[in-house]
Amino acid sequence: MEYFLEILFGGLTRGSIYALIALGYTMVYGIIELINFAHGEIYMIGAFTGLIIAGVLGAAGFPAAAIFVLAILGAVLYSAAYGYTIEKIAYKPLRGAQRLSPLISAIGMSIFLQNYVMLAQTSDFLPFPSLIPEFKVPWIGHIISSSELIIVVVTILVCIGLTLFIKFTRLGKAMRATAQNRKMAMLVGINVNTVISATFVVGSSLAAVGGVLIASHIGQINYYIGFIAGIKAFTAAVLGGIGSVPGAMLGALILGQTEAFATGYVSSDYEDVFAFALLVLILIFRPAGIMGKEPVQKV
Amino acid sequence: MTKMLELKNVNTFYGNIQALYDVSLHIDHSEIITLIGANGAGKSTTLMTICGMLTPRTGDVIYENESIRGQSADKVVASGISQVPEGRLIFPELTIKENLDMGAFLRTDKAGIARDMEYCFDLFPILAERRNQQGGNLSGGEQQMLAIARALMARPRLLLLDEPSMGLAPLVVRQIFEIIKKINKESGTTIFLVEQNANLALKIGHRGYVMENGKIVLTDSCETLLANEDVKRAYLGL
Repeated sequence: MEYFLEILFGGLTRGSIYALIALGYTMVYGIIELINFAHGEIYMIGAFTGLIIAGVLGAAGFPAAAIFVLAILGAVLYSAAYGYTIEKIAYKPLRGAQRLSPLISAIGMSIFLQNYVMLAQTSDFLPFPSLIPEFKVPWIGHIISSSELIIVVVTILVCIGLTLFIKFTRLGKAMRATAQNRKMAMLVGINVNTVISATFVVGSSLAAVGGVLIASHIGQINYYIGFIAGIKAFTAAVLGGIGSVPGAMLGALILGQTEAFATGYVSSDYEDVFAFALLVLILIFRPAGIMGKEPVQKV
Repeated sequence: MTKMLELKNVNTFYGNIQALYDVSLHIDHSEIITLIGANGAGKSTTLMTICGMLTPRTGDVIYENESIRGQSADKVVASGISQVPEGRLIFPELTIKENLDMGAFLRTDKAGIARDMEYCFDLFPILAERRNQQGGNLSGGEQQMLAIARALMARPRLLLLDEPSMGLAPLVVRQIFEIIKKINKESGTTIFLVEQNANLALKIGHRGYVMENGKIVLTDSCETLLANEDVKRAYLGL
């Protein structure tokens, strides 16, 4: 039983990180129908930013909790700026082009950012300090570590915050309207360019939170971490139904659990096999994903 | 009456394909102007040119004595022009109330928005009943009502309607045209009505334009157009 719960919480932690990244994929896809392949790199840049901030503040003697919060905030700001700029440089000029063009641009941006970080930083793995405050978790301390608990709690809060933001704020409503009908959104006076930029900023911010949290949990990073995490999060988004925000959360949760149980009960060699087999199954029986809508054929 | 909107020798293109040829027309304050023409004549393109969704290659769009040519769509909405587009374009996963809220997107006067929403619910009681349902679940006629109400939420001075009768039962069409007349009469909102249903459109309009292949070929009072032999033959099926 204890082993089972341990795996369950491990899966929850994984799922949390996937969710934080998957939300960016799904939101961008919802608005401009683009798979932003550079999104994993935003997550990686968030982790590197966190590392640099933690290094500087640590040397300056800041308390651990302050470093943790400031590292996340800094990573969020820096990654958001990257997300905003990438959209302006790599996608906006291609709006209205055929769908393959921005996709290729996204892949190019992803490769560029990986190599840029590799050259600017290093190609080796860098140790990442454990920023998440350590404490003894009451009652369930033997099955979940404090850093896992914080990852899960932060993710839940972020998901609730995002849901409220999309549901109730003016910008959130504008995002939903733009996703449902961009032409009509323009006709009611929504500045669609602003909405698209905001979507990239929000998605990138979430990825940066995930980047700092997981780097701190695992303890090392390199320029390539965004690729793997990005592919997994993308899988989660497709699983849940790309374009759907609750779908991405659910897809990430399911993917995290699948991997955790495959690792825990079969072998860690098989975690990817199970993850992608699940994806294939879902795509066969529900091509639009769990919460995605079947595309309506317009007559 | 004074000129509210004027198109001067407008030529609009989609890429290299010309859709509007030298279109000139004007709309006076508080008028109902109808633009009739066959499918593909350039009627919707004319509306999209006014709304700032398309920029004419040459020619000018003058609104309240200022050129709005090339202005972005949100600026045009802010200046008091709203469109009810062809096919209604309801936000399917927003509730009716949220759809109406989106219509008032650029407004900040909460009390005024609430008042206008009540006005829309008075005009279309069915919307009030279903205010918390998703827009996509409405019937075609109800969606058309919602699209008109959504445009009214911007409190436009000029309301552009693109084929409000399309795909609707005759009874519903008549109901909607009555309401268009009512909107014009009660609030003095100027109306530019684009229709293939020439018979109905010419009956509620003051003046009309006839469009063929991207050109304005005829303009007169609606009464005269209804009696015109060419119009009768081509558009009224008589």
